[in-house]
Amino acid sequence: MGPYILKRIFLMIPVLLGITILSFGVMKLAPGDPTSILTDLNPNMNKEAVERIRAHYGLDQPSYVQYFKWLKNMLVLDFGRSFASDNRPVIDKIVERIPITLLINVLSMILILMVAIPLGVMSAVKQNSLFDKGTTVFVFIGFAIPTFWLALLLMILFGVKLDWLPISGFRSLDYPSLSFFEKIFDVSKHLILPIFVSAFGGLAGMSRYMRSNMLEVIRQDYITTARAKGLDERTVIFKHALRNALLPVITLLGLSVPGLIGGSVIFETIFAIPGMGQLFYQAVMMRDYPTVMGILVIGAVLTLLGNLLADVMYSWADPRIRVSG
Amino acid sequence: MDSIYGDFFRRLARNKLAMVGLSVVVILCLVAIFADRLAPYSPTMIDTSKILVEPSWEHPMGTDILGRDVLSRIIHGAGVSLSVGFVAVGISTLIGVVLGAVAGYYSGMVDRVIMRFVDIMLCFPTFFLILAVIAFLQPSIWNIMIVIGVTSWMNVTRLVRAEFLSLRERDFVLAAISQGASDLRVIFAHILPNAMAPVLVAATLGVAAAVLVESSLSFLGLGVQPPNPSWGNMLTEGKDNIEIAWWLSLFPGLAIFITVMGYNLLGEGIRDILDPRLRQ
Amino acid sequence: MKAKVFLLAAILIFGISGCNKGEEGPAQARTDGTPVAQEDLKPAYGDMIIRGSIGDASVLLPILASDSGSFDITALIYNGLVRYDRDLRLIGELADRWEISDDKLTIRFFLRKDVKWQDGHPFTAKDVEYTYKAYVDPKTPTAYATDFLKVKEFRVLDPYTVEVTYNEVYAPALGSWGQGMLPSHLLEGKEITDSPLKREPVGTGPYRFREWKTQERIVLDSYHDYFEHRPYIDRVMTRIIPDPATMFLELKAGRIDQMGLSPLQYQRQTDSSWFRDNFRKYKYLAFGYAYLGYNLKDWKFQDKKVRQALTTAINRESIVEGVLLGLGQVAYTPYKPDTFWYNDNVKKFPYDPAKAKEMLAEAGWKDTDGDGILDKDGKPFEFTILTNQGNQLRERSATIVQRDLRKVGIRVKIRTVEWAAFLKNFINKRNFEACLLGWSIGIDPSQIDIWNSKKIGPSELNFVTYQNPEVDKLLDQGAAVYDPEKRKVFYDKFQEIIAEDQPYTFLYVSYALPIISARFHGIDPAPIGIGYNFIDWFVPKQLQKYHIEP
Repeated sequence: MGPYILKRIFLMIPVLLGITILSFGVMKLAPGDPTSILTDLNPNMNKEAVERIRAHYGLDQPSYVQYFKWLKNMLVLDFGRSFASDNRPVIDKIVERIPITLLINVLSMILILMVAIPLGVMSAVKQNSLFDKGTTVFVFIGFAIPTFWLALLLMILFGVKLDWLPISGFRSLDYPSLSFFEKIFDVSKHLILPIFVSAFGGLAGMSRYMRSNMLEVIRQDYITTARAKGLDERTVIFKHALRNALLPVITLLGLSVPGLIGGSVIFETIFAIPGMGQLFYQAVMMRDYPTVMGILVIGAVLTLLGNLLADVMYSWADPRIRVSG
Repeated sequence: MDSIYGDFFRRLARNKLAMVGLSVVVILCLVAIFADRLAPYSPTMIDTSKILVEPSWEHPMGTDILGRDVLSRIIHGAGVSLSVGFVAVGISTLIGVVLGAVAGYYSGMVDRVIMRFVDIMLCFPTFFLILAVIAFLQPSIWNIMIVIGVTSWMNVTRLVRAEFLSLRERDFVLAAISQGASDLRVIFAHILPNAMAPVLVAATLGVAAAVLVESSLSFLGLGVQPPNPSWGNMLTEGKDNIEIAWWLSLFPGLAIFITVMGYNLLGEGIRDILDPRLRQ
Repeated sequence: MKAKVFLLAAILIFGISGCNKGEEGPAQARTDGTPVAQEDLKPAYGDMIIRGSIGDASVLLPILASDSGSFDITALIYNGLVRYDRDLRLIGELADRWEISDDKLTIRFFLRKDVKWQDGHPFTAKDVEYTYKAYVDPKTPTAYATDFLKVKEFRVLDPYTVEVTYNEVYAPALGSWGQGMLPSHLLEGKEITDSPLKREPVGTGPYRFREWKTQERIVLDSYHDYFEHRPYIDRVMTRIIPDPATMFLELKAGRIDQMGLSPLQYQRQTDSSWFRDNFRKYKYLAFGYAYLGYNLKDWKFQDKKVRQALTTAINRESIVEGVLLGLGQVAYTPYKPDTFWYNDNVKKFPYDPAKAKEMLAEAGWKDTDGDGILDKDGKPFEFTILTNQGNQLRERSATIVQRDLRKVGIRVKIRTVEWAAFLKNFINKRNFEACLLGWSIGIDPSQIDIWNSKKIGPSELNFVTYQNPEVDKLLDQGAAVYDPEKRKVFYDKFQEIIAEDQPYTFLYVSYALPIISARFHGIDPAPIGIGYNFIDWFVPKQLQKYHIEP
């Protein structure tokens, strides 16, 4: 297993480099000079600070030199300082936002798995039944609903009309004075809607995928053999079919990470959750280039890590790969 | 060739869901083309005495924040969404087909480089990438079309590549090569027509996805700018007046939903029909 | 937040005027509904007020800030030497009194001796000296140095007396010392841009810093040794909620106590009896106006008659009715209509599309090719109105302007640009035809920075390039004399000329529409607003909602 993981990590390096080059290219799209934004927002911005930033980014030098300077800084996690008026180091701003985004995405994925897998399996086992047809309808709806519309409708229903759930932020005001369990309950209450909205689209796709995998596996010979051997249906499904059908699902999970992170922009903005997505949106609106670039790169790296994790789990679950290392 | 198309449409007609999708798509296109004649009012006609009026006989979907008729704006919004969808998908399909064909046909180093590129692109949360690029350019309808197109070709590339990899070894291809046909000719005249099936599916589903992305961008204020109507930016107004104008949140979202649903059903329907011909 | 900020303007968010004095409701109710007797409504210490804000503060040192998000907070933490009272008159704050020399060039401030910084250190003349030096230091990135740069000499006479001498008579001088004084013992000798006080401020004011969770909330606790008196409300929390609709829902849920309403919210969503029982809302003219500015370097806008015609073609009442829902007034000059400086005897150019067409025809604009659009020398009358993204009132106003101008044959496109790019790529480069923006108006009538012929550099405020030597002279004269009556003569004439020249079409002055939970008493609407006596607001003991640990 070890060498397998190492090999995967090694293969990731060119992809990482590619990510940085692409991000740098995107940054170069910015019209004009990154420093002129600073001076224009604040006409009395002192000249020395501007010069310092110029030197820091190497703006007078050719592009490839700038790229390497940027890359070097990035390796020590120095993404520069935010252009927003608080001027804090970008990495600080990102790091304080990552936990909540990660939390929501992880919980989202767990929700997806917990709901999509049973749904997919049942649909496959009871193919063409009413249940299957109903689930298909549900899946199609899930694909077609715009997340922000769903968020709005849910906000109106649960937040405004019924007043069951809070509709913004992720902590109540009196959070610091709550007991440990109350704190957990409080955060959960705030996160129910965002997690649901975040998971909804992924749910549809995942259950569909699970279903088609399951269908394929069921048609395989070894399942027929198992049935012929007289094993009861339950064992056939759960012990044999499921394990094999599950494997590609894990990879799909890894592939859906970028979608989840990207989607966080919408629901974090709507629900006012101070996560990475909201920071990204605000940075974009303010043309805060260093922050935008920082999140872009980190988002891509997180995705890579997600894929790596998926691969590792896949190889752990699939003995064929384990043996061949 | 005739019988293949005829066969195709016959099988399509038998798939009920696909027919629903097709009808929705056709109706939408008609609405978009004849928007001016269908809309009861001008979408930009301001009436300051009728601000945020509930749905009524005069205004079946109510009015918006400047007294404009919501129904008329939704009708005109169809044209915006569909044109973004078509152009964006056109771009992404073009890129995807070219890259996929080259990767699948030539294999080797070229293939590896292209697939690496695909991997890299897939690592970026697409929406982040689109937002970042739009931030650096201007939000305009052309920029949106291009950006969506340029960030959604990866799937098509993989599909086309897979097709090419398997078709390349087939007899009719080897025959064409032995007859001295140039690479270009083999790719475009011989292999490609047979590889289009999954591309058609991807393109149809791609329109739906593009409509979703455009409306998300417009919702966030980075897409079509007001006062030009787009379903996405109408939902922004809906959110801002969430308590007193439920119709502003309901109808544009419904329009997006129906459009996306229609294209999805059609795409899935086409996929079901072409299933036996799709490789794993 | 999107308008440029004048010196004191941002602090005066709650300016009020005549119109609707606070709506004192019927008998006060406890939280459980039983009425409370009048004697129980004595000022009491305690409770917390939660305010909603769309934007986070950026930096809590007033010298470095330029956004209202920051000023809303620093206004409670810092004091100036002087401030404006409820009737817009200058009174002493950290200065006990002052003396102006006979030649009007020198002001001597006598500082209060009983003021301590929130960390216990005494406030002295050294702090005033440090603050002054910081403002005029070219290395300090501040937008408010202009007034201080006019100082010829600054002298510390003794620990509680300072004397300032100006180059020439400068009427805004006294008011300029309302800027927050900074603690020299914490800032002297260090780079102010690196100071921890940017995020953890220390001032002399009624509230002290407690906590700042970025993009979430800023919490201030009352400063018990505040020199005026200990504020009654123990804690001020500002919650950052970027979305007005969400903020309103939080208000209804009782999770914030105060916010600024939009016209729609004011008119349509706060009228139920439940609202009347639980909240008080106020409306008064805000210190600011919205305008359509024309780039006077553009050939289309160089003829005064054309600009006058444009103003005549725009139905400004329709904007007030449709965008502000009647909660505002048409603006005709750059002054607040209910103040002493406002001159109502200026040309108004009331709405008259037929007359506008005539005026345009006289200026050479006719529809010669029958396409419905006016043209001149073969060129159609088309232009783009630029406005900043995110300000819905402005976007909607632009849409109405577009409609009105179309009726007289002018084709207008609207373009919204994000604020930072807006300044950088368009305004500063003079790369625009017309722009729809707003200014905050200060209390002092001097408006040199906006209208002076020389203030046309890339980052300066006269970006429409209005150059009129007569106006320059009038504004200089207005600043060079102290007597308000004499000043008014100059500013009246200034308004007449501006109204004649129409470098802007002045659009509207909107109302500020704050709403506050009913348990807060002591609010006293005045010409300056409702926030001026914040330290006197209180919640009667029985109505207090939050228990604050000391």
